[in-house]
Amino acid sequence: MDDYQMMVEAYKEAGGEDVFADSEVAHVVLERDNILGAHEVEGLSVDLKNREEGLVGVKIEVKEGYKIQKPVHMCFGVLPEKGVQKIDMEIEVQEEAEVEVMADCVFPSAAKVKHIMNADIHIRKGGSYTYKENHYHGEKGGVEVIANSDIKLEENSYLYTIFSLLEGRVGKIDFDYEAELGDFSTMEMLARMQGAEDDEIKIREAGKLKGRGARGLLDSKIAVQDDASAEILNELTASAPESQGHVDCTEIIKDEAVARAVPIVEVRDPEAKVTHEAAIGSVDDTQLQTLMARGLDKEEASEVIIQGMLND
Amino acid sequence: MNSLLNIDNLDLTLENTSILRDISLEINEGETTAVIGPNGCGKSSLAYTIMGLKDYTPDKGEIFFKGEEISGYSIDERAKKGITLAWQEPARFEGVTVREFLSLGLKSRGEQVTEKKLARALREVAIVPEKYLDRNIDETLSGGERKRIELASILIMEPELVMLDEPDSGVDVVALNNIGNVISDFKKENTGVLLITHSEEMLDFADKAVLICKGKIIKKGNPGEISEYFRYECTPCEDEDYEKHTKQEVENVG
Repeated sequence: MDDYQMMVEAYKEAGGEDVFADSEVAHVVLERDNILGAHEVEGLSVDLKNREEGLVGVKIEVKEGYKIQKPVHMCFGVLPEKGVQKIDMEIEVQEEAEVEVMADCVFPSAAKVKHIMNADIHIRKGGSYTYKENHYHGEKGGVEVIANSDIKLEENSYLYTIFSLLEGRVGKIDFDYEAELGDFSTMEMLARMQGAEDDEIKIREAGKLKGRGARGLLDSKIAVQDDASAEILNELTASAPESQGHVDCTEIIKDEAVARAVPIVEVRDPEAKVTHEAAIGSVDDTQLQTLMARGLDKEEASEVIIQGMLND
Repeated sequence: MNSLLNIDNLDLTLENTSILRDISLEINEGETTAVIGPNGCGKSSLAYTIMGLKDYTPDKGEIFFKGEEISGYSIDERAKKGITLAWQEPARFEGVTVREFLSLGLKSRGEQVTEKKLARALREVAIVPEKYLDRNIDETLSGGERKRIELASILIMEPELVMLDEPDSGVDVVALNNIGNVISDFKKENTGVLLITHSEEMLDFADKAVLICKGKIIKKGNPGEISEYFRYECTPCEDEDYEKHTKQEVENVG
């Protein structure tokens, strides 16, 4: 089996769809800095370049007015136990264009793997960008992820992102997404993660509602157990008239795990409004006991509740 | 009728307050026993103690289910023996669909989950399966809808003893009839029902009733008698009167 097939197999095992043979599906497959596959569709260009040692540049552009019918699939990963993957991503969604990207990052055997991703995302007037990033880090906890995104939304544009890590270990993850919103643009930024043993989760999500009527939602749901830790920093600033936002952070802890939520909401215009809610605690007793009264033991009941929260 | 649940001289204290006092009660297979009484008298606490919820460990007394003392069993162990509880305020479960929720009761008993079983349970409580199976049990459902879904989740378990904690609260008239149908279904299946209520209408569905006041059973009898007594003769009483009252009534109960 060659590297491409191995990556595709790892991707499928992590829950990804087998779409790489579909000519209507644009895709990118990268293993460390090896460009294993790329496919474009009408209205969407993919440009991949090996830059300095170990760094791969990925540029995706959706041309003006094009609505890409099928989600673009990106498969990133490191197959061996050790390795580094560095990606510089540039996304350009031109005016009135629309695209959905499903990115799966798989590190199935990772014992000492580092994945560094820096993304510049520009969604132009009336454009729409949906980005669903799913990670699978294996069972050893040997992955370190550093992900930064700088996002700019122009007038009337739309962004939806969800970052999920729901199976296997986390290792260490530190991601920092920041978006600046223009007039009447909308952003929904979601994170769903589950950590165990000595996993460390650090998330910063920030939205700057600079345009009139801009809308922003930051929504994080995290579960940690054993000695894992999670620190969620949600920042939402509304500085234009009629801009509105909401920050929602829910964290469930078990065992010796530690969770911290730091919501920062800032309003700089009397016609703007930002709300926030945060809840950190153990699994709710009524939920737990309801499920136990259906015959599930405590561990099974907790798992149903936690998975439900993370899948919400 | 065979005896299903026997409670002997049960006492429960929570945060230094006596909640249940010397409760003795028997429930038979296929029999619905209503527990009636004013708010805060200990009706729900009795159900929670039978189910073995957190903090509801009796100070004294014994709970026998089909002849076996069950006080030492956890909630799920009791559930696996055939006991379950429908809460007055059913919990919400973000991200859990009605389908998943109903399936849990089947899976825990090692039974196969089929669309037919799920749909049948929902129809029994007047919920249209096609509209609800893939909905989440969250704030998008009303309290009444959650209540009916919880009843469906219990029906599907085919328990031997079910405790319904105020199943009529927060539901409309149509749903009230459905609850009556559900109780009839339990009866057909020979399931014992402990029906906790403060509604006299619900007593129509019961075979016998007990009146609880301040944690103590003060009267047992047929539902009509108990309803009448509760309506016309039972008045709020001070502790001193209550002691006299309960002494007299319990003597009457025998």
